[in-house]
Amino acid sequence: MQRIGDAPALRRLLIGSAVILAALFLLLPLVAIFSQAFAKGLGTFMVNITDTYTLSAIGLTLFITVLTIPVNLVFGVMLAWLVTRFTFPGRRLLQTLIDIPFAISPVVAGLVYLLLYGRNGWIGSWLDTHDIQLMFAWPGILMVTIFVTCPFVARELIPLMQAQGSRDEEAAVTLGASGFTLFRRVTLPNIRWALLYGVILTNARAVGEFGAVSVVSGAIRGQTNTLPLHVELLYQDYNTVGAFACAALLALIALLTLAAKAGLEWRTARRESVS
Amino acid sequence: MSIRIENIQKHFGRSRALSPIDLDIRDGELIGLLGPSGSGKTTLLRILAGLENADPHPSARIHFGERDVTRVHVRDRRIGFVFQHYALFRHMTVADNVAFGLTVMPRKSRPSSAEIRSRVYQLLEMVQLAHLADRYPAQLSGGQQQRVALARALALRPDVLLLDEPFGALDAKVRQELRRWLRHLHDELNFTSVFVTHDQEEALELSDRVVVMSEGRIEQIDTPEALYRAPANRFVFEFLGDVNTLEGDVRNGVLTCGDARLNAELPQGPQTLLMRPHELTLGHAPTSDAHLPVTVTAVVPVGADLRVELSADWLPAPWLVSARHSDVAELSPQRGQRLYARPLQWHRFDADGQRLDAPEELRLSA
Repeated sequence: MQRIGDAPALRRLLIGSAVILAALFLLLPLVAIFSQAFAKGLGTFMVNITDTYTLSAIGLTLFITVLTIPVNLVFGVMLAWLVTRFTFPGRRLLQTLIDIPFAISPVVAGLVYLLLYGRNGWIGSWLDTHDIQLMFAWPGILMVTIFVTCPFVARELIPLMQAQGSRDEEAAVTLGASGFTLFRRVTLPNIRWALLYGVILTNARAVGEFGAVSVVSGAIRGQTNTLPLHVELLYQDYNTVGAFACAALLALIALLTLAAKAGLEWRTARRESVS
Repeated sequence: MSIRIENIQKHFGRSRALSPIDLDIRDGELIGLLGPSGSGKTTLLRILAGLENADPHPSARIHFGERDVTRVHVRDRRIGFVFQHYALFRHMTVADNVAFGLTVMPRKSRPSSAEIRSRVYQLLEMVQLAHLADRYPAQLSGGQQQRVALARALALRPDVLLLDEPFGALDAKVRQELRRWLRHLHDELNFTSVFVTHDQEEALELSDRVVVMSEGRIEQIDTPEALYRAPANRFVFEFLGDVNTLEGDVRNGVLTCGDARLNAELPQGPQTLLMRPHELTLGHAPTSDAHLPVTVTAVVPVGADLRVELSADWLPAPWLVSARHSDVAELSPQRGQRLYARPLQWHRFDADGQRLDAPEELRLSA
């Protein structure tokens, strides 16, 4: 007896092509990044990484990420709670709106923010008269980063909270729990893994965002230059090794994120198999 | 604690879930809300709990004893609620689940942790699960989870215990056990309970009184015995058990329907007679007052009874007759056999479904 679709020749062909394509398109570039970064030895790599401008770019990227995550965490939980626990007119529309940052090109997002908050923009001109500058400064970078990452947490939570329903919360209320106690002791433990997963994805995107940030940052070295923008600047300066050193750093962060994600998935699968 | 419900109604959007309802429940009663799905029984239970708001109306009232709880929030109503799928907190142990209500009390009135521990232990003893205190809900069987849910609901010594299809998700044997056990617990602790079910057997077995509902209305409130003996209308009659229908034309005291004839002193014209499976007997030959030829299509032993399924040209839907094994031993019905049915009594309802008269008994003439 042979199962449907289990022809040995077809299986070998499919596995073979999957492996080759994965190696060619996914693994090879990764290897290239690290080999280029260390092409002139560890010393040169370290010199490039510890360059003042590079350090400031790393600092800015981490600063933006650290601010983005809590904002999206609170926003995502609130949004997911709203959409899954209440019925109100426009609920479906709101669920669609959450996906706008996924659907729209980041460059377009950057341009829109520039249009709105730039010196001649609709809101920007008013801000300018009050001496507040958002664009070409870190607040602008933060704003577009929040924009492009804002669906991640909510998107992770909504299906889970929909599946879990509000029975647990109702049970907690009948037992006398107040709103905050209920959230802390019942809701949060139920969603914590999905929440962490959303944070990991947010983190990955916040660190690596290029398109939207490049429009609003102005890429001033040492001031508004994030790590991905710095990679491009170095490359345009013909400092290939420097560019790849920074790229390797970004790739490393990405790999760590992937490892964390895989770890979480493994953990979740194990918990489910227990229950 | 007694419960008084006055003029409670509920709409979801434009559809009416509950017509204005009045209901009095006495202190210490165990009440079953029985009805098909969509009858409003769960909505009523959730309104009692405060998990759902009734439509605002100046005369809408819910009283627990002397206390008007119409506008009291769920968390202050002092109710225990048991959910159909238990709704245990999956990340907490059994003991922590039971302790939850005590640990979230305001610091001022909260018992000490030693007191909480001993109270939880008592409750777990009561539901016979003390040995599983450190397990997680996922490691328990459905019946055990439901007992934990009960212990959790009783931890705060509620005035009123509300149960939403409490045994719906359990298999038949566990359901039986838990029913008896809940009845026992109710009698021992003497709280007032209201439970929702769509299972008529469960409602009849467990309740002091049953509230039969359909389409958002209360059809009848009565003791299980009275309900079965004297259903107020056709809906209640049909919902509470299997029904055999005989439709025919009555002329000069004889009802005819195809080959079938039955002596019945009824008004002239079309009539519908309804009979329970145990209100029919079977024989090899017609009697002087009944000539109802039927063919046996199935014979199923159900416990002490034998259920015989019958069909005939003159019957739009098959009949079901139940009899004790010993009573039909001589007859030994077989599939395909031709027999004659004879009603012992019947029920009649008018066009609006209201009961026409007390069950009429056919006098057995030897």
